[in-house]
Amino acid sequence: MDTILVPEPEESLPSLSVSNDQGILQWISSVDHKQIGIMYLWLSVLFLVVAGIEILLVRLQLAIPNNHFLAPEVYNQLFTMHGTTMIFFVAMPAIFGFTTYFVPLMIGANDMAFPRLNAFSFWTTFFGGSLLYFSFIAGGAPDAGWFNYAPLNEYNYSSSPGIDYYCAGLLFAGIGTVTASINFVVTILHYRVPAMSLKQMPLFVWMILINSFLILAAFPSLNAALAMLLLDRQLHAHFFSAAGGGSAILWQHLFWLFGHPEVYIVILPIFGIFSEVFPVFSRKPIFGYSMVIGSGIAIALLAFGVWVHHMFATGLGNTVNGFFAASSLLIGIPTGVKIFNWLATMHGGAIRFSVSMLFAIAFLIEFTIGGLSGISFAIVPIDWQLTDTYYVVAHLHFVFIGGTLFGLLSGLFYWFPKMSGRAPDQRLSRWFFWLFVTGFNITFLVQHALGAMGMPRRVYTYPNLPGWGVLNLISTIGAFLMAGAVGLLVYILVRALNKGAIAASDPWDANTLEWTTTSPPGLKNFDRVIPVKSTRPFRDYKRPEDADWKRQEVAYTEKPPDIDITQNNSHGE
Amino acid sequence: MENKLMIKLVVGTEAMFFLALIMAYVYFSLLPGFSPQQADHLDIRSTAIFSAFLFSSSFTFWRAEMNFKQGKMTRLKGWLLLTLVLGLVFLFGQGNEYARLLRENVSISSSLFGTSFFTLTGFHGLHVFAGLVVISIITALTFMGDYDRSTSSVFGTVGIYWHFVDIVWLFVFLIVYILPHFHKITG
Repeated sequence: MDTILVPEPEESLPSLSVSNDQGILQWISSVDHKQIGIMYLWLSVLFLVVAGIEILLVRLQLAIPNNHFLAPEVYNQLFTMHGTTMIFFVAMPAIFGFTTYFVPLMIGANDMAFPRLNAFSFWTTFFGGSLLYFSFIAGGAPDAGWFNYAPLNEYNYSSSPGIDYYCAGLLFAGIGTVTASINFVVTILHYRVPAMSLKQMPLFVWMILINSFLILAAFPSLNAALAMLLLDRQLHAHFFSAAGGGSAILWQHLFWLFGHPEVYIVILPIFGIFSEVFPVFSRKPIFGYSMVIGSGIAIALLAFGVWVHHMFATGLGNTVNGFFAASSLLIGIPTGVKIFNWLATMHGGAIRFSVSMLFAIAFLIEFTIGGLSGISFAIVPIDWQLTDTYYVVAHLHFVFIGGTLFGLLSGLFYWFPKMSGRAPDQRLSRWFFWLFVTGFNITFLVQHALGAMGMPRRVYTYPNLPGWGVLNLISTIGAFLMAGAVGLLVYILVRALNKGAIAASDPWDANTLEWTTTSPPGLKNFDRVIPVKSTRPFRDYKRPEDADWKRQEVAYTEKPPDIDITQNNSHGE
Repeated sequence: MENKLMIKLVVGTEAMFFLALIMAYVYFSLLPGFSPQQADHLDIRSTAIFSAFLFSSSFTFWRAEMNFKQGKMTRLKGWLLLTLVLGLVFLFGQGNEYARLLRENVSISSSLFGTSFFTLTGFHGLHVFAGLVVISIITALTFMGDYDRSTSSVFGTVGIYWHFVDIVWLFVFLIVYILPHFHKITG
């Protein structure tokens, strides 16, 4: 009997070439959290490029009025696939990539709690994405938008198999997401170094812990809705078809009961990344460590009480609308608390404007704009006016790109030297930052105006009304600028991997345990872990005379020997 | 300990899944035309009997776990086999009920009642089936001597899942079979 030798990893970043004996089979069979993390990130980059091309075609179609570059059916498939891919196969895998890679390193563990379950989570996500894209050659992609409203998602209205693949692909990915979250919770609660108490965990780990519970509570209602829809389409059940007595509004309830927590699921880990990046590049401890955690928990709880603000236009009545308008205004508060945490962290700090920090600062501005336009939807009459217009498109891209994507890019530039052992080119990275941020603002700022002027989303073309043509053209030009920037990013990454300068093990003078390892970390993360006595163990280790835990002890003694407040705030150098 | 926390999280997320299905069922059951069908087609007596088999399988599994802790392997095997039999009887009962309903032309596509009934009870049956697969595996391993003098947490872990499946059925039985009965009497 022939046996296949599955290669065990010998190094933490084996070569990607197939010809070498630690080749592609080693990656496929890997259960190492660092390799799985890297695979998540490449999966995300792959789908970013695919979903980016889809939306460039859409923007080309919208560049001029009364355009017939794309047929309406193709247009519907492209924007649906763009949204679905970006949420489920770009944002989520990228977050999980960083989580899988860095949570064990940040808590002093050598791997996840369940390494094989970790590989399972990645591969189900991978197959979910593949299944979704298989629809293109199986007779047509899904075409009812990323939130796939009933009754448009029913067989009578969309008879191509696309939506069946949507259900199957997202169910697969959803199972992978839930199992990954279970793994994260168990890892965080059981695999920390014994010295690290919960209140000494890095904030990124805290946000992942909160976020994992959010996923466990939110994804089941999506999975249930997808299962019901599959039953409707395949076995002619009547859940969402009004003709059979079912209820189209039930889909909306189930979808948004998942969907609104989902938007926090893709932003809470980002808040965690920024809570690492701001202190390191401001050379100060985070301002209000426990407030960051507390507001994170508040967001997670409130996230389940706001879903109806996606459904104001369905006519559920004034009482319901009033309740959800109030809760939607309320959830802005904990998010605002976090913005002030980061601003206060920067205040008085010795700020280093690395690319990672540039994205963090840009995030503060763009995400606040997105937050303000979001608050405007909590006001029911404004929502009625603006719902399903480009104003919504502008809002959601300001929070998804200006929030989630900027955070992922900030994390990428922060951790890339650790993951690859190489430093990306500084000058090109700055070019990338400015091109991307400029392109982003050109694309989406004008869409606020288009929405206010009444341009509906998801319609394949538009009449030549005053202003519409020129604003859409500007938006399309911005989109191509962003695409160019993403191309530059892929070039920067590939070049850095091949011939970038060798990175130091602690290039940013950082605070947390992942930086105590070599770059990239060895196959076994830690032989021993430095003592953890505060939230910044590595800094304590590097500056024992100025350690955080010593300062805390002094503060608790009866008569502190004249502490200088300013020194307390801006130590570091 | 990790395994127990893991299965508790699984149970938590599964509970949310069933909550969604139950909410859909309750929502539809308030629409006109639903409850007469429910009353006509469901036989509370036979379902109560095969439900009793499922509920007692929770007890037998708990006995299995206790005997494992005390190292009484022969008794452990007996209680595990009994659990398997009780679970299979429940599934057989459910299969019988499905067959009868299909003969009466109640199917997943026949009406809103059929849709929500078969989906809710079907997903529960699927979970019972998955539990039985897992229990047969650990029963086989027990007979092969894998757990002799072992401190494995597998029985506690599987137990949490199996009791969960039971508790879900308690709610399903209450909502699908018993509550409409009261409606009929009062209304």
